[in-house]
Amino acid sequence: MDSALLVHRLHFAFTATFHYLFPQLTMGLALLIVVLKTIGLRRNDPVYNESARFWGKIFGINFVLGVVTGIPMEFQFGTNWSHFSLFAGGVIGQTLAMEGMFAFFLESAFLGLFLYGEKRLSPRAHWLSAVAVFAGSWLSGYFIIATDAFMQHPAGYLQAPDGTVQLASFWALVLNPWAGWQYAHNMTGAAITGAFVMASIGAFYLLDGKWTEHARIFVKVGVIAGCLFSILQIFPTGDAQGKQVADHQPVTLAAMEGLFQGQPKAPLVIVGQPNDQQGKIDNPIEVPGMLSMLTYKRWNAHVQGLDAFPKQDWPGNIPLLYYSYHIMVGLGTLFVAVMVVSAFLLWRGWLFQARWMLWILMLSAPFPYIANTAGWMTAELGRQPWLVYGLMRTEDGYSKAVSAGNGMFTLLGFMGMYTVLSILFLFLLRREIELGPVAGHELNPMKAAEAR
Amino acid sequence: MTMASLWFWIVAVMVTAYAVLDGFDLGAGAIYLIAAKEPDERRKILRAIGPVWDGNEVWLLAAGATLYFAFPRLYASSFSGFYLPLMMVLWLLMLRAIGIEFRAHVESAMWQEFFDVVFSVSSILLAVFFGAALGNVVRGVPLDSSGYFFEPLWTNFRLGAQTGILDWYTVLIGVVSLVTLTAHGSYYVALKTDADLSRRARGFALLCWPLQFFLTCSGFVATYFIRPAILANYEKHSVGLLVPVVVVASLGAMLWANPSGREKLAFAASCFYIAGMLVGAAFALYPVVLPARDQQYDLTIHNTAAGSHGLAVGLMWWALGAALAVAYFVFVYRKFRGKVELGEGHY
Repeated sequence: MDSALLVHRLHFAFTATFHYLFPQLTMGLALLIVVLKTIGLRRNDPVYNESARFWGKIFGINFVLGVVTGIPMEFQFGTNWSHFSLFAGGVIGQTLAMEGMFAFFLESAFLGLFLYGEKRLSPRAHWLSAVAVFAGSWLSGYFIIATDAFMQHPAGYLQAPDGTVQLASFWALVLNPWAGWQYAHNMTGAAITGAFVMASIGAFYLLDGKWTEHARIFVKVGVIAGCLFSILQIFPTGDAQGKQVADHQPVTLAAMEGLFQGQPKAPLVIVGQPNDQQGKIDNPIEVPGMLSMLTYKRWNAHVQGLDAFPKQDWPGNIPLLYYSYHIMVGLGTLFVAVMVVSAFLLWRGWLFQARWMLWILMLSAPFPYIANTAGWMTAELGRQPWLVYGLMRTEDGYSKAVSAGNGMFTLLGFMGMYTVLSILFLFLLRREIELGPVAGHELNPMKAAEAR
Repeated sequence: MTMASLWFWIVAVMVTAYAVLDGFDLGAGAIYLIAAKEPDERRKILRAIGPVWDGNEVWLLAAGATLYFAFPRLYASSFSGFYLPLMMVLWLLMLRAIGIEFRAHVESAMWQEFFDVVFSVSSILLAVFFGAALGNVVRGVPLDSSGYFFEPLWTNFRLGAQTGILDWYTVLIGVVSLVTLTAHGSYYVALKTDADLSRRARGFALLCWPLQFFLTCSGFVATYFIRPAILANYEKHSVGLLVPVVVVASLGAMLWANPSGREKLAFAASCFYIAGMLVGAAFALYPVVLPARDQQYDLTIHNTAAGSHGLAVGLMWWALGAALAVAYFVFVYRKFRGKVELGEGHY
């Protein structure tokens, strides 16, 4: 691979992966904060309001990092992928600009009101500002997914004589069928991250014997939401997303599943290492016929393998794609198990005493991040070797004017900067968790009390 | 007016909105360390910009994305050509955001001192960078027949065929920008705070005024010197003469309003000054969007615009989105109107 191409790919992949650690939590939390605020408003329960305020602070820290790491994403289309921008800007510029106009303004305007305006607003208006932040962040998610959907499954475009693509149908672009399921699948993923993190911190407080009143709310809301969204993650959203890949990117499906030879009664590989030199799975544990069943709902349906496609159209890195996909699916299954058991214990009223389960909940928090990351790696590695599926290859899209050396310099710069941000983030998060939901809501309660 | 011309002005207005809005919080950052001595004064400045700075910065993103959508070739060419300074701007934006937002999380004098410096220094550097960026656009870049270019950070600080990001002209415009935004931020701080801090901010603005006047004149002379064609549009369309009128009138208004304590008027005049300067630059460049050192490779609205159907459709949602954005801004600025008070809440 051309080294400039590799550097530009790593540049985008690294910054995108790091960036998405924050929005997946803020999108999930935005929803859960609306739930907390709604219950707090309806029951006039201060503990729910304090909980919402606590999560608002966690949200705020994450939101700042989401914003500052998100700005480079928008810039990098031009800086590192200028040939792609020239080629597709007439189409995806629409969805990206709409994200700015409709989502960012909404989010940024109401976040300030939500975080710092509680005393200036009526309870209802403050609730509305939480809803606005939620709407803004989920809208933002949709425009990004619609942009990605164009790259995965181009729609609503026409090819202009100068070699670029231009918008032909606005609604076909915005309502790209690919985007619908991908959005649903992605947003349930974000909700899972939010739910697991909320349950995790609640479990930590319960295990530590602190803030138990709030902690029970965290665990309860986290487990109920986690249970619901973990199931939705697999069915219908994951199933439908898989079907979409099978229909429109059959070579990607074959690579994800490690199916080198097409066959009827295709087996589902549970474990095993893809060996792309010899074109087989090493040490497989398989369920015969299962892949045919999952894909076409018939045991003996024929599933196309990698052998049905010319090698230059295979995704470039089959082992990484295969592992990403299997990690995502494996973790998704575990999430259902953890959350269904927790929900059962909650229903029976045993969960808050079941220390073993609280330990599991507390330690589970990192895994949704891994699953969401692996899911995005599956989607984007699976799209290879195309930048825009069937229209532009990745190797044709990067900035030819920016040398590998300059790209490497800024990639290292980002790595350094993001290391600093990570340290600050963990430090501040730990601090907020330590301060807890009541002392934490005023930075300096003594001073605040004097001022009142 | 054609669709491409309309989008040219939409992007110009968005960039202007960004400069006017984020300009005052950048400027507040520039005077922050010197104007605000006491911890409470620093908190006042942060509180004055805290609820709005992020929204202000969205204008930069929205303008960038609109540029991408309306003029993909310009976006592709300029963003990759200005690769190095843009990456530095990104890093500075990051540092500045965490300087503002993470400072108040820890009640420790050392922690806050550290983030004070991070916030102020990154604000100052951003003001200079944005000015230098404007200078680059006005001066022109080494575009060739491929439609692309790549600028090193500097070459020999002269205006040859292979220019760098920094040369005497772009540094000059960077300084114009720094002084303008420092004054702009000072007017805002004077307006939003009280007592000594407000008085000190007014003093800062007063000090800036002669510099700003001198730099406006020398910036104009220098621009005419390197690009005499900037007057062509003004000669063709007399409506352009409004620009110098606005600039001169707003400079005059600042000089009169500030010492006499008319804080709102002084700040408004500064807004008009910035808007006048930027609209004036856009008016002079039109229909060129990125001049080349060799004129035949100029990027213009005609050779960079997206397809006409896309531009027409975009107008619909853009108008709706802009109306909503303005409504949010009016609402938020009204909610946080008046002089800031310490006591409750963040920062």
